[in-house]
Amino acid sequence: MPKEVQRLDRVIIRFAGDSGDGMQLTGDRFTQETASFGNDLSTLPNFPAEIRAPAGTLPGVSSFQLHFADHDIMTPGDAPNVLVAMNPAALKANVEDVPKGETIIVNTDEFTKRALTKVGYSANPLEDGSLAEFKVSAVPLTSMTVKALEEFSISKKDAERAKNMFALGLLSWMYNRPSEGTLGFLRAKFANRPDIMSANIAAFKAGWNFGETTEDFAVSYEIRPAALPPGTYRNITGNTALSYGLIAGSELTGLPLFLGSYPITPASDILHELSKHKRFGVRTFQAEDEIAGVGAALGASFGGALGVTTTSGPGMVLKAETVGLAVMTELPLIVIDVQRGGPSTGLPTKTEQADLLMALYGRNGESPVPVLAPCSPADCFAIAIEAARIATRYRTPVIVLSDGYLANGSEPWRLPEVAQLPDLSVRFASSPNGPEGEFLPYLRDPETLARPWAVPGTAGLEHRIGGIEKSDRTGNISYSPANHDLMVRTRQGKIDGIARDIDRLDVDDPSGRAKVLVLGWGGTFGSIGAAVRRVRRAGGEVAQAHLRHLNPFPENLADVLGGYERVLVPEINLGQLALLLRGKFLVDAISYTKVRGLPFKAEELAGVLQEVIDNV
Amino acid sequence: MSEQTGGHREGPAFKGLKLVPVSDEQYTMKDFKSDQEVRWCPGCGDYAVLAAFQSFLPELGVPRENIVMVSGIGCSSRFPYYLTTYGMHSIHGRAPAVATGLAASRPDLSVWVITGDGDGLSIGGNHLIHALRRNVNINILMFNNRIYGLTKGQYSPTSEPGKITKSSPMGSLDAPFNPVSLALGAEATFVARTLDSDRKHLTGVLRAAADHQGASFVEIYQNCPIFNDDAFAPLKDPGQRDLRLLRMEHGEPLLIGEGRGVVRGEYGELGVSELSGADSARVVRHDAHRADPGYAFALSRLDYPAFEHVPIGVFRDVERPSYDELMLEQLTEAETVQGRGDLAALLAGGDTWTVD
Repeated sequence: MPKEVQRLDRVIIRFAGDSGDGMQLTGDRFTQETASFGNDLSTLPNFPAEIRAPAGTLPGVSSFQLHFADHDIMTPGDAPNVLVAMNPAALKANVEDVPKGETIIVNTDEFTKRALTKVGYSANPLEDGSLAEFKVSAVPLTSMTVKALEEFSISKKDAERAKNMFALGLLSWMYNRPSEGTLGFLRAKFANRPDIMSANIAAFKAGWNFGETTEDFAVSYEIRPAALPPGTYRNITGNTALSYGLIAGSELTGLPLFLGSYPITPASDILHELSKHKRFGVRTFQAEDEIAGVGAALGASFGGALGVTTTSGPGMVLKAETVGLAVMTELPLIVIDVQRGGPSTGLPTKTEQADLLMALYGRNGESPVPVLAPCSPADCFAIAIEAARIATRYRTPVIVLSDGYLANGSEPWRLPEVAQLPDLSVRFASSPNGPEGEFLPYLRDPETLARPWAVPGTAGLEHRIGGIEKSDRTGNISYSPANHDLMVRTRQGKIDGIARDIDRLDVDDPSGRAKVLVLGWGGTFGSIGAAVRRVRRAGGEVAQAHLRHLNPFPENLADVLGGYERVLVPEINLGQLALLLRGKFLVDAISYTKVRGLPFKAEELAGVLQEVIDNV
Repeated sequence: MSEQTGGHREGPAFKGLKLVPVSDEQYTMKDFKSDQEVRWCPGCGDYAVLAAFQSFLPELGVPRENIVMVSGIGCSSRFPYYLTTYGMHSIHGRAPAVATGLAASRPDLSVWVITGDGDGLSIGGNHLIHALRRNVNINILMFNNRIYGLTKGQYSPTSEPGKITKSSPMGSLDAPFNPVSLALGAEATFVARTLDSDRKHLTGVLRAAADHQGASFVEIYQNCPIFNDDAFAPLKDPGQRDLRLLRMEHGEPLLIGEGRGVVRGEYGELGVSELSGADSARVVRHDAHRADPGYAFALSRLDYPAFEHVPIGVFRDVERPSYDELMLEQLTEAETVQGRGDLAALLAGGDTWTVD
């Protein structure tokens, strides 16, 4: 008899297990199935910095949360409806996030006395009633997997390792996911190890069949595809989108892409991705350190490439001096900072947005640099193109502040039409520009204040640049007081002028009657947006705006701020944007901050918003 | 741009320039003198190196615009301003990194790094060794005056131990680097040493460096008349220099002055020995092309600690593909095998679905 199918509008699932249990892969496969089914989705991987923390311990727990729905959603969700816990540590580390009444699926095979003791359970939570308020499905995932794979000539260890595919199969049945993609993935991944391939496929199917036949799972669920705008979609992470955006920036500017980078979490995937695309003329250089990464990128820019360096906070600190050189030499350079928890080594795998003031001011001297921040994983594509546009048009380093949440999180991305992407063709200087037929490397374009970009190999334009103060027009060394004052102000004026050339700040204020504006930047867009929806659903009125340009700010920011009685600024730092707004606009912004290494929860932000609204 | 290779005429004068266009123009020294006033102290050894370099550049036979000078910070790093080529006076110690990005993305350029003992061996030591092991096609000229000049006289990583300076009033405690040993240990494919005051020798070494495909490292003993005057006096004094300088020529016996030569010791080390008639057969013949750097390293240890027998010339010159060449090969291979990348196809790669 076919089982009952219930329709849901959205579900949040969290897969949690040991670092070695393959939870990221499991989550990723479930995500791909969900994406190809046509749901809207958003993901939040959460994993330890250690590659293999001691097995079965709390620090070793790795999880992957996925929110999917039949409508458009903005975040990976606050709290899971379903927690899959592969061992006691995974249960203990995550159970507090699960609301009462929701589902917990546990792998009972791992709930041994020893494993329980290791994480501080004095009694088995599956037996002591402590999970009474949840719907608990106790499944011996490991032993069922091993049993299902008895026929295969593989080791017991390999059989046990396939338990994540059993779990994936079970969840795929529960939520009626298409399985063809996962089967294809397994065939390709283990093409050279046919035994392991067949075993994993068998484990996946066993999990599916178990769901279908056992009485433990009486219903399965259906979440219909979301009504997204027409187009072709793919699921994409922020780091992949950023990589593609850089390649697009290279194609659109007509400049070969050069990436100088040193491996660092959570930015390394950009280096990995770009190193695969040499057919686009992309040169990737794994440098000896962060300084060499940016130095080589600047050297390549001097030679006419689109020079890019990628890093995270600890690496940004090391690159500061070279970014200053790029400011002085006025060469294009893209610096990507995938922010993580700081200071120092901080929280390598967790998110934060505390590098804003460093990006703006973390260099010696008056050293203005445009700063951009993507607002979602897919937006990383557009922001990379925008960085390439500003860097090349204004001959300036540009800093992009992504973060760990955007980098590893994913969402459906509607593919852009390549033909509709902007033409960013760059023209190098080709002939002398001086009144006497000489070349003046610091004679500026009157509109952009950019200096000419004359690349080596161009006859007649030989010139010398460097970090010492430049004389206006000639670029020769100058220690003149008046010249320095002029140059400091000119460099600042050039960057300030970009404000005329960027999108105005959009405000979402459907009723037009809101008195409170919530203003965010970067990776918090989804959480803030979800909170705003909650408030509006409850009858509250609130306006939302989100900054993607942090330096310069959009021209209309002052007007936007002036249009509301209160401005709330949620940030995953201790109030860095709020400080800027107060300093630049004399706005008494309310700063709301959390630095837990995790995105904001929509419910929490909605509460804060409501409180501000209530107090107006 | 980066696709330009070769030239119109027969071919480059030097192997290290094989991907650089050939110039139709016959340059002279004055074509490379910039209009900037040279601002080194009177008597500085840098003047001699600059003059030798300017007069050598026409020999390269490449367009002036395809020559780029990249420097760090320090007295010698002002070098690029005094030449009419492209140039970047970068930041302290980072010139090899900047030059690596430039040379790796522009194999059609002749790239020269100008650095000093502080810039190259102290703050920039890391970049130097990695540029050498990668064998990026750049020529690194390291001016060694064994002192910090621009910061006014502190001891440097090549200063002799016990050196009294402003920052070491009771004598410096650091053991110095031997730059040639360091470069050899860093897997350099070309390592040479010369003197600021010996224009002919200096020019010969520059020629050999330009003729090397890959990274070439040249240590130039350079006098700082203000903070470390006469640091190399024994090597310049007409009465002593021939007794101290070992002028290495590939294929020739290693002889110093009259009657002394380099011989092998019990453990493979090299030493200088007085030669009597029968001993001359024991004198080592210089072989700069030996694949194993051990021999060149042994040579580099001859002059430790105090200029008794100082080898000058090319220690090592071996062939290994250069980094920029290999990088270009991978790009070409990727394009040949997979075809030129198509942006739309890239974006639509992976699992996609369509919403109508």
